[in-house]
Amino acid sequence: MSPAPVIPTDSRTPHWRAWLLLAPMVAWLVLFVVVPTAILLVYSFCERDEVGRVLFSFTLENYRRVADPVYLRIFLRSIGYAGLTTIICIVVGYPVAYCIGRAREDWRQRLLLLVMVPFWTSFLIRTYAWITILKQEGLLNGFVQQLSPTAKPFDLLYTPTAVVIGLVYAYLPFMILPIYGSVEKLDGALIEAAHDLGAGPLRVFSSVIIPLTMPGIAAGTLLVFVPAVGMFAITDLMGGARVPLIGNVIQNQFLQARDWPFGAALGAVFMGLFALTYWIMLKLGAHSEDSVA
Amino acid sequence: MSTMVDLRAVTKRFGSFTAVNDVSLEIAEGEFLTLLGPSGCGKTTLLRLIAGFDTPTEGSVWIGGEDVTHLPPYRRPVNQVFQSYALFPHLTVAENVGFGLRMQHIDKTEAAARVTEALALVSLTGLDARKPHQLSGGQRQRVALARALVCRPKVLLLDEPLSALDAKLRRSMQLELKRLQRQLGITFVFVTHDQEEALTMSDRIAIVNGGRIEQLGTAHEIYHRPATRFAADFVGQANLLEAQLLLQDSECVRVAVTGGLELTLPLAAWPAGATVALIAMRPEKVHVSKSRSSTAFAPGAANIFQARIEEEIFQGATDHLILVTAAGTRLGVVVANESALGDIFHAGDLVYCGLHTDDLVVVKAE
Ligand SMILES: Nc1ncnc2c1ncn2[C@@H]1O[C@H](COP(=O)(O)OP(=O)(O)O)[C@@H](O)[C@H]1O
Ligand SMILES: [Mg+2]
Repeated sequence: MSPAPVIPTDSRTPHWRAWLLLAPMVAWLVLFVVVPTAILLVYSFCERDEVGRVLFSFTLENYRRVADPVYLRIFLRSIGYAGLTTIICIVVGYPVAYCIGRAREDWRQRLLLLVMVPFWTSFLIRTYAWITILKQEGLLNGFVQQLSPTAKPFDLLYTPTAVVIGLVYAYLPFMILPIYGSVEKLDGALIEAAHDLGAGPLRVFSSVIIPLTMPGIAAGTLLVFVPAVGMFAITDLMGGARVPLIGNVIQNQFLQARDWPFGAALGAVFMGLFALTYWIMLKLGAHSEDSVA
Repeated sequence: MSTMVDLRAVTKRFGSFTAVNDVSLEIAEGEFLTLLGPSGCGKTTLLRLIAGFDTPTEGSVWIGGEDVTHLPPYRRPVNQVFQSYALFPHLTVAENVGFGLRMQHIDKTEAAARVTEALALVSLTGLDARKPHQLSGGQRQRVALARALVCRPKVLLLDEPLSALDAKLRRSMQLELKRLQRQLGITFVFVTHDQEEALTMSDRIAIVNGGRIEQLGTAHEIYHRPATRFAADFVGQANLLEAQLLLQDSECVRVAVTGGLELTLPLAAWPAGATVALIAMRPEKVHVSKSRSSTAFAPGAANIFQARIEEEIFQGATDHLILVTAAGTRLGVVVANESALGDIFHAGDLVYCGLHTDDLVVVKAE
């Protein structure tokens, strides 16, 4: 046994100058994350007067109202929509990400650029574009009419389908990018090794490619699912507010009902649930990371 | 012995670049064949053509008497040990080794028994539950070997499997691989750029250069009778000398080599009708002594000449000498450091050199 090396303790404690380097980031976090969250939490325990001003008196009433089955149902519906969106994004995004990740190196950047191109125009404009496609006298119906003039025009806009289309469209790149990242890192020799050991294309996919790109799928799921649950603009514009999701309810509390404390309570619960999901995902991620490292 | 792998006039082009150029090669069942050549000469491509990762542009690949040219890798009775090992990082050692058996739908209890057996074969018993990143380089190499062997392939392909190991481990793995191959009787096709490794392990060596096989033969043949300048230069060390024919009788020819030294070699070794040729002289075949009458000269050493030691490089078991003959020819020779009582050579010494006529090899007629 060799004696344990003596580590000078001060070599492990960052110098104050190191903290100084971190200062801008810490300031950013405090200003844009900690302070707003604190305000939200404080408001959620407050009351409001008749004109919607926040009164700083402690109450649990807002949280009691959150527990109302109406909100639970909306919350579950939001999770359903976001879940469906996530699944469609995986199914549609995986093949795209895989093809880009395994394309010739000089092609990858160009293909990735195509995935990002939609971000160059405003989100609202892109959503309005979808409206002109989906509405009854829109492009999609026009196209169908061209093919078969007798077909009855269908009404897609302001339906749950339209909402899901809008959500998938908006979040697909957030699924493609992380999956692309893990596909690109995948060592081609592993695929060849699996072939060499007798695995046909399907077995290679299920036994090697999927498990090794799981971190990308997990990251993409997080990036799509979390914001999709809280999305309100798409549900408003493409769902015509007929299918309110939790994001719409919260938005309403702040902008229309002017019940900030209740909106804050909804937001806080919502955030707590995400923190929990995220924590679970991290645990799972850390587990799979351990096996992939 | 029957032919296991048969490459028939195989050519592989990548665009306009020819990586494998009209190679024909028959590998016998149970043979240890090494593809030896410098980096970029097409060794890996040849292996990939046998494994099925690439299909030849021209020619065909036969394994066990069957044309497999267009069979995918997962339908060929061949397994490979990859240069990077390519172990599945998400699977344990046992799962890695059992992967091939799982793909063949082999019964679970039988598979487990075969995995245990394969791990024992490569001395990895007890590491079943580890993940690849918890293993040393040498252990990973063994897992890769076990993973391929457990499938009982007809042919095992090994692409520079030892190149990532340190010299000592490498040495012991060479012997172990050779032992395994004898024990299992599987045909091995081994790729290396290390000539010493090739000489140690192989039944036969194919010298690959520029996508072609330059020479195919046993280690002995390759070393003692190199067929080309490249083969002579790449395997071991050689003095390559341009020789000009001076005179010939019914048994011998007399030639003058670069620098002016005159040498005798058997008529049979000289290419008929040639006036110039390239000859190779192995440095350890030259006997060096301080006295002309020394017994160090083997009988029949028809080439005896004087030289001065220009440089002496001590290398432990051997001494490396750079000699300049009276005529001005420079030669590298190696002498054994037999004992402290034998001749001790220093730069500047005048020495006598003896060389058997049969130890001169014509590698190319010009
Ligand atoms: N897929 C490929 N596309 C283009 N060129 C290739 C490809 N694979 C190999 N080559 C070229 O073929 C030559 C032989 O390669 P390789 O068989 O890997 O050599 P070695 O294994 O002997 O080092 C190299 O010059 C390499 O650049
Ligand atoms: Mg290679």
